Amino acid sequence: MTLHDQTVLLDVRGLSAWYGAAQILFDVDLQVYRGEVVALMGRNGAGKSTTLKAIMGMLDKRKGTLTFMDRDISEAEPHEIASRGLGFVPEDRRIFTDLTVAENLEVGRQAPRHWPDGKAAPVWTPERLYALFPNLGEMPNRPGGRMSGGEQQMLTVARTLMGNPYLVLLDEPSEGVAPVIVEQMAHMIMELKASGVSILLSEQNMHFAELVSDRAYVLEKGQIRYSGSMEELAANEEVRRAYLSV
Amino acid sequence: MSFSSFIVQVLNGLAGASSLFLVAAGLSLIFGVTRIVNFAHGSLYMLGIYVAYSLTESVGGGLGFWPAVLLSAIAVGVLGAVVEVLLLRRIYHAPELFQLLATFALVLVIKDAALWIWGPEELLGPRAPGLAGSVSILGRQFPSYDLFLIVVGPVVLGSLWLLLTRTRWGTLVRAATQDREMVGALGVNQAWLFTAVFALGALLAGLGGALQLPREPANLELDLHTIGAAFVVVVVGGMGSIPGAYVAALLIAELKALCIWLGVVEVFGFTISFSKLTLVVEFLVMAVVLVVRPWGLMGRPQAPSRHAGTVEAPLRPVDNLFKAGAALLLLVLTVLPALTTQTPYVTVLMIDLLIAALFATSLHFIMGPAGMHSFGHAAYFGLGAYAAALLVRSLQLPMELTLVVAPLVAAAGALVVGWFSVRLSGVYLAMLTLAFAQIAWAIVYQWDTVTGGSNGLTGVWPSAWLADKAAYYYLTLVLVILSMLWLKRCLYAPFGYAMRAGRDSPLRADAVGIDVKRMQWVAFVIAGLFAGVAGALFAFSKGSISPESLHVGKSVDGLVMVLLGGLQTLTGGAVGAVTFTWLHDTVARNTEYWKAMLGAIILILVLLFPQGIAGFVRQIIYGKRDEIGGRA
Repeated sequence: MTLHDQTVLLDVRGLSAWYGAAQILFDVDLQVYRGEVVALMGRNGAGKSTTLKAIMGMLDKRKGTLTFMDRDISEAEPHEIASRGLGFVPEDRRIFTDLTVAENLEVGRQAPRHWPDGKAAPVWTPERLYALFPNLGEMPNRPGGRMSGGEQQMLTVARTLMGNPYLVLLDEPSEGVAPVIVEQMAHMIMELKASGVSILLSEQNMHFAELVSDRAYVLEKGQIRYSGSMEELAANEEVRRAYLSV
Repeated sequence: MSFSSFIVQVLNGLAGASSLFLVAAGLSLIFGVTRIVNFAHGSLYMLGIYVAYSLTESVGGGLGFWPAVLLSAIAVGVLGAVVEVLLLRRIYHAPELFQLLATFALVLVIKDAALWIWGPEELLGPRAPGLAGSVSILGRQFPSYDLFLIVVGPVVLGSLWLLLTRTRWGTLVRAATQDREMVGALGVNQAWLFTAVFALGALLAGLGGALQLPREPANLELDLHTIGAAFVVVVVGGMGSIPGAYVAALLIAELKALCIWLGVVEVFGFTISFSKLTLVVEFLVMAVVLVVRPWGLMGRPQAPSRHAGTVEAPLRPVDNLFKAGAALLLLVLTVLPALTTQTPYVTVLMIDLLIAALFATSLHFIMGPAGMHSFGHAAYFGLGAYAAALLVRSLQLPMELTLVVAPLVAAAGALVVGWFSVRLSGVYLAMLTLAFAQIAWAIVYQWDTVTGGSNGLTGVWPSAWLADKAAYYYLTLVLVILSMLWLKRCLYAPFGYAMRAGRDSPLRADAVGIDVKRMQWVAFVIAGLFAGVAGALFAFSKGSISPESLHVGKSVDGLVMVLLGGLQTLTGGAVGAVTFTWLHDTVARNTEYWKAMLGAIILILVLLFPQGIAGFVRQIIYGKRDEIGGRA
């Protein structure tokens, strides 16, 4: 009972990745279809963030075949991948602290896009983002370094949306922010989905993932151990105990 | 010392600050975004003057002055872009020091290119049309062109500020200054951003040079002179801060002007010549600022970098293969003078090689295992050499005793400098050591009555039993080998482990109870001591000594040797020193343009062997084994 259509946006085959000499990922396969929200679950150190960074081409060494919207991005640079409409929101936010909120958004700005079928893809403007994140709208001229953690979390998402991505890689959106912000994040993800943006998010928090995702992959020690719909995972006590419970 | 002359000096300072600011702003901008300290920035300034000269004077009757200034700035900017695309783009991921080495090679190449194109004579440009005269200020004549220059500084500062804060490009540049990788992940092609920044920085340097044409003649010394001053300005103002660069340029130029105005002053019966202070005043300011505010007046403390650089391979214990090689080498070195009696020059060259090897090994001792990048190591070499010369000449100490005392003098110098320097790290430490070395050089250069000033000291000969070159060769060989063995012993002692621990993670080393700063201080003094041994040996081998021996050029030679050899190999310093000295000797004898040849060789080595020569050889011999060891 998936809500998405059957167009594969992102196809990852046999992805392996290394930090220096240490191999972190082993033959990871995953797909994201147009219109869906997919959760990449796993404990600390399972390789969730590494998977997202490897997809973005931000690691020195990776192997495997990556296809995004029918184009090979296995060898592409991060800026090429981003400019094809694959957005990335890092877990440690990486706000430009010297730049104002408006300037942070400007750095992420890219031209509007169209789907291959000619339909317009979601277009984001600062005004539209300020409506989605009212907190940001109140402080367009505040330096990024003088914002709360939750506000920075919103800004980093908004900054990536300025690139009008088809698909957003969202790294641990619920980590280290207050419960009220977590709630806003969940709300935001559902709004993004409604407007046609697909999302691959890494997450440890089962409740959060259950709330927003259609499907899930479970990672452990750099390998995919389980994949299925979110309902199936929620019902599968055994898998959750083996790979997710702390 | 009237009020009117004071005002004129203040205005002079303002005019001087402008061109200094143009160079420093470009340097700062480039460092902020690319994290490359561009040694060749002074060379771009120099090219600005030369190109402007050619455009006004020679080309088909010459362009007008103002179009020539603009065109030469643009030409230098284009050259900057070419250099960035062809060279720097390949080494952004190389260690910081390799980038420095590459840009230093550019200095050599550009200097000889300028020599080839424009010749060795100074070239004086025309006056600026419309501003050739002077205006009267409080009864004194002041050149109107200088008034114009005073305005240029703030105008450029304002334009840069607008560019950086009011345009999308400027926003991207500021974002990249903080986190380049993230800018890339947002879809911005960093490569072109870097090229554009480098071109803009080069253009500013070229403009600064071209605007100087009516004030000073174009000459081949401008490159290192300018880069020294610009480094100081950037470090004092804060790396990456453009307003900081202006404030610092102003501060330094005004202090210099003040010193000139004060001239020679009697204070409590002492005669102080402030005008002589101008040579060191900028370095004094830098030393004070770095101690009080290590990140510069308007800079901010550098955040720990996101990329913990490449993990250094551990130093391995010496194995039998290496021991056999060393024994063979020692045998060759021992019989060499007997084999080459027909060509006595070989012995002289060998003495030079041995001394260079010790000098480089002592620098390697703090750079490699301790991770302290000293840019002023020649100071201790020079201190040792001058101490030896003075002790023998003035105090008539026996030469043998001098060889013991002179290194101690060098160590004492390192003790003082080290106390300041270990408070800093990275680029700032490099600049502070450079500042102290420049101060030492300026003192030696100007203290005619004691050091002989620019002429240096002559008649520094060893005792009679060492008068024969072969005998002196054996003395050098023994002392150099003993010194090297002792330095190696230090590296494999607990002290050596502590040094490397402090380099790899100061915080963790602190946490396990190592007093990192104190240990670095001790290492600094040891390195100074052995540089002093090399210096003393050098003085007696030449019979004379000149300020050249502690000039910044000599310090840079040391850096090149260490980097050529490889930072993380035990023998790196010695191998690099021998290669460098031999190259220098061979190339210099065969071509007038030896600097360019040397520069080209360095560039090729940097691009081909990023781990140094000794590192490269080690990889060939031990590559397989290292790999297996790494996996175990």
